[in-house]
Amino acid sequence: MEDMRDAMLVGRNSAGKRVLRPTSPHVQVYRWKITMAQSILHRATGIALGVGAVVLVAWLFAAASAPSVFAPVQAAIASPLGLLVLFGFTVSLFYHLAAGLRHLAWDTGWGFEKPEFNATSLWIFAFAAIASVFVWVIGFFLV
Amino acid sequence: MTLETKPDSLQHRVMQSPLGRARGLGSGQSGAGTWKLERVTSVALVPLSLWFVYVVLHLAHADYATTRYFIGEKVHAVLFLALIVSLFPHLALGLRSVIEDYVRNDLPKFLYLFAVNAGCVLLALAAAISVIKLAI
Repeated sequence: MEDMRDAMLVGRNSAGKRVLRPTSPHVQVYRWKITMAQSILHRATGIALGVGAVVLVAWLFAAASAPSVFAPVQAAIASPLGLLVLFGFTVSLFYHLAAGLRHLAWDTGWGFEKPEFNATSLWIFAFAAIASVFVWVIGFFLV
Repeated sequence: MTLETKPDSLQHRVMQSPLGRARGLGSGQSGAGTWKLERVTSVALVPLSLWFVYVVLHLAHADYATTRYFIGEKVHAVLFLALIVSLFPHLALGLRSVIEDYVRNDLPKFLYLFAVNAGCVLLALAAAISVIKLAI
């Protein structure tokens, strides 16, 4: 036993016999599932949106400062790289929004059956893609 | 290691009673509040984030003066503040769950959590003071 935590994995089976509690195998042992991908994507997009929040604060702070501060921030956001990152934020936002709504639905107990799960998974990807393209089409052609 | 082969050795090596183990692993007492805050902020962020997408589109080609005027309008300023007070607690809780899952040792875990919480507070205050400055 190398660690106190190993001791926490001790339990008793229904016969009262002391056994090691079951542990998950390493993630690479599992066959890749959409559930795993979407769990990781929800976190990844959440972290990406955290970076986006920093950009938001920089933008608000610059707007509240002098024009000489605002100009470079706006120029950075409007640069090709800035727009690419902004597109990434857009996809992240719509993905996280849709997946987050499903999390709220799960909280009510709805959506754990396989047919529902597969359907909502597709809807989340479709919504993220369509909403992102929709917003950027508006941004490029109508604004 | 199979524990069935030496069932009694464990009790001697781990200096902890079952009660102590239960206390150490039990409820943190504030879990329900954390859970609820995560849900409340996520519900609030649904309309607020859609509104924010509208704001970004609206201000896509706006200059300095127009941007300042728009943010400073009372309705927009209130919604920006609502966004800020929903977003940063939500971000802090989300990052916390990631850190608690992947950082095993106590000191790095504490330092990361401290950095995330302090960073979120400072970012939220910087954003709020910027909006308030433009609004008054």
